[in-house]
Amino acid sequence: MKNKYLLIIFGIFFLFCFTVFFKSLKNSNAYKPEIINGKILSPFVAIDFYSNKKILSEDIFNDRDFYLINIWASWCMPCRAEHNYLIELKKQNSLKLVGINYKDQIENAKRFLNEFENPYSKILKDKNGTLSIKLGAYGVPETFIINKKKKIIKKIIGPINEKTYNEILKIIK
Amino acid sequence: MKIIKFTLIIFIFLNNISFSDEKNILLENKILKNIRCLICQGQSVYDSQSDFAESMKLVVREKLDLGMSEKDVYIFLKNQYGDWILYDPEFNNKTYFLWVFPILIFFIGGGIILKKFVVLKK
Repeated sequence: MKNKYLLIIFGIFFLFCFTVFFKSLKNSNAYKPEIINGKILSPFVAIDFYSNKKILSEDIFNDRDFYLINIWASWCMPCRAEHNYLIELKKQNSLKLVGINYKDQIENAKRFLNEFENPYSKILKDKNGTLSIKLGAYGVPETFIINKKKKIIKKIIGPINEKTYNEILKIIK
Repeated sequence: MKIIKFTLIIFIFLNNISFSDEKNILLENKILKNIRCLICQGQSVYDSQSDFAESMKLVVREKLDLGMSEKDVYIFLKNQYGDWILYDPEFNNKTYFLWVFPILIFFIGGGIILKKFVVLKK
């Protein structure tokens, strides 16, 4: 009788372990950062790339329906890959492109923009990376789409590609 | 006598400053050790020298200088990056199983052992 109970308990335990492990077999165990959409962008003060003057975020995000914040650096290779998409997105009237220059040398960044064309309406300096952390970014390149109400609608970690480019177009249309 | 008093006051003052500094650094290190470096594998921000971790250290120091408490810093970070950023998960809807399960197992195991003892004594 006792053996029977033990067998049942072991059976249930085995089944439990089996289902848990079997289910997680199909899950990818590569870590994907949690993307929090729908969060409101908190106001910040930043330094302008060209004039070196302080600007408030309220003064940047006040004239369009959608804004794209792109974190980039001249030393970042994937940023070169996504650059053409940004130049295409520049043509959209409802979208304003704001660049955040992440841990970069000003001279190199300017050379980068001269070489590949400047897609941004406004560029902010982030010399020590703290602005990006406050925005909730992981590194470069990273892109946020925010709407009129400063709500983050989309966050793209890594370079923009064909698929994400089309998604952005769909959002802003 | 006056000079002695004066130096004593200065000494106490300086001592106080370094003491509070030390306390701040200890708190800062404690917080940094509890923040996961999200772009590294198995490292805390304290251990890492990646770009992400270096910037995070600056942000934490800035927040502490602004007078935020340890808990405020955690709330701020969780707001930006989600629960995953902290090594020590808080007790909430998503994590209650994680916290309760080991205790449950402990009691069940204890119960089984106790029962065995009772049987043996008989």
